[in-house]
Amino acid sequence: MTTKFEVNGKPVSVDVEPRLTLADCLRHELRLTGTHIGCEHGVCGACTVLVDGEAVRSCLILAVQAEGAKITTVEGLSNDADLTPLQKSFRKHHALQCGFCTPGFITTAHALLTEEPDCDADRVREVLSGNICRCTGYIGIVDAVLEARAAYKK
Amino acid sequence: MKLPPFEYACPTTLNEAIALLANHSGEAKPLAGGQSLMPMMAFRIAQPSLLVDLRKLPGMKEIKIGPDGVRLGALVRWRDVIDDKRLAVAHPLLKEAISHVAHYQIRNRGTVGGSCAHADPASEMPGIAQTCEAEFSVMGKAGARTIKAKDFFQGALTTALGADEIITEIHLPAWPAARRYGFQEFARRRGDFAMAGVALYYDLDGGKAANAHIGVFGVGDCQRRLPKAEAALNGKAVDEALAVKVGEAAAAEVEPQEDIHASAAYRRSLTGTLVERAIKAAMVR
Repeated sequence: MTTKFEVNGKPVSVDVEPRLTLADCLRHELRLTGTHIGCEHGVCGACTVLVDGEAVRSCLILAVQAEGAKITTVEGLSNDADLTPLQKSFRKHHALQCGFCTPGFITTAHALLTEEPDCDADRVREVLSGNICRCTGYIGIVDAVLEARAAYKK
Repeated sequence: MKLPPFEYACPTTLNEAIALLANHSGEAKPLAGGQSLMPMMAFRIAQPSLLVDLRKLPGMKEIKIGPDGVRLGALVRWRDVIDDKRLAVAHPLLKEAISHVAHYQIRNRGTVGGSCAHADPASEMPGIAQTCEAEFSVMGKAGARTIKAKDFFQGALTTALGADEIITEIHLPAWPAARRYGFQEFARRRGDFAMAGVALYYDLDGGKAANAHIGVFGVGDCQRRLPKAEAALNGKAVDEALAVKVGEAAAAEVEPQEDIHASAAYRRSLTGTLVERAIKAAMVR
């Protein structure tokens, strides 16, 4: 099926089978391999992307369902010039080790901080409970997200 | 796993959606938020030949609040319930229960109708529907009908819905402002499926509990009410000692299952503790 949507500000058109998830479409059709796939059934959070600004698991949405939507992947949350405040904060707080889960944490944290720049540590922990990291023990990730709040305040 | 192959349709009217379901002799499935159906397909527990995406159907995403209670369009998402400030007064038990549903990303897609049609025994929404005597408006080839929650849920992943029927609305009866309520669930990780959960409420009549409704989920193969525990609460002045007693009645009444997450004995004990805690929380509201 021909499906048109927007990824990181650019319009795209793909011809895909209905069974293709948005995660696989981003990686294999559009070669945006920043979005990682862990469990493929909505448990690990590694594949989190933003659909019309809201964090969703891209393994639990079909590419054909993205018709007309604005998708933001982890690639869309970076720039070539410098690290973003959220990325800098992740580096400073050692919020990653192997890095496999990091795209999901960055997209989730970005959605949270955009919606709730005043969130407290408890809220950050609640939201991040939907993402699994097997290296860090989460403490660095929570600290990184809390410190990045300042950059999202208007 | 990658999903098995299927056809996909995205109708713009309810009639069109029902015709698609009816013409596929039970092999088609409606797709709402997909937060349960997609994992089911990844595991090959479900293998529909056609998915009928409901996202373009009009008028099913609204939360209507009136004198007769709360009407949730079937495509209302967890996120919509959490964000709707009116529900803090119109149905605080619903609001509290939904704050326990799944994780942040799931809540942005998962729907109330999808959860009830899926009917996982550990889900909160079917528990609220049973506890609060919700009514389901459904539409199928033969027309519209209304199904009471007690008839709707028939067992694990089993409902009264026909293969050509779609939930359009879930109606929760009006919530009196003075009603006492409690909600408790226990899961190892926040947002995961509960090992046991309890939703309950009662009204006060001359200082005594009346109209008690106690529902459990994650215990046994279906969300259900506990009439014996309700009887133990009705007509009595509610204090901590009574909370303990009703908890014991609830523990004796459930028929818990055993699985890798918990033994039946543990679930029974947990149910009693959660009922006790929920009543204690209700007392101080």
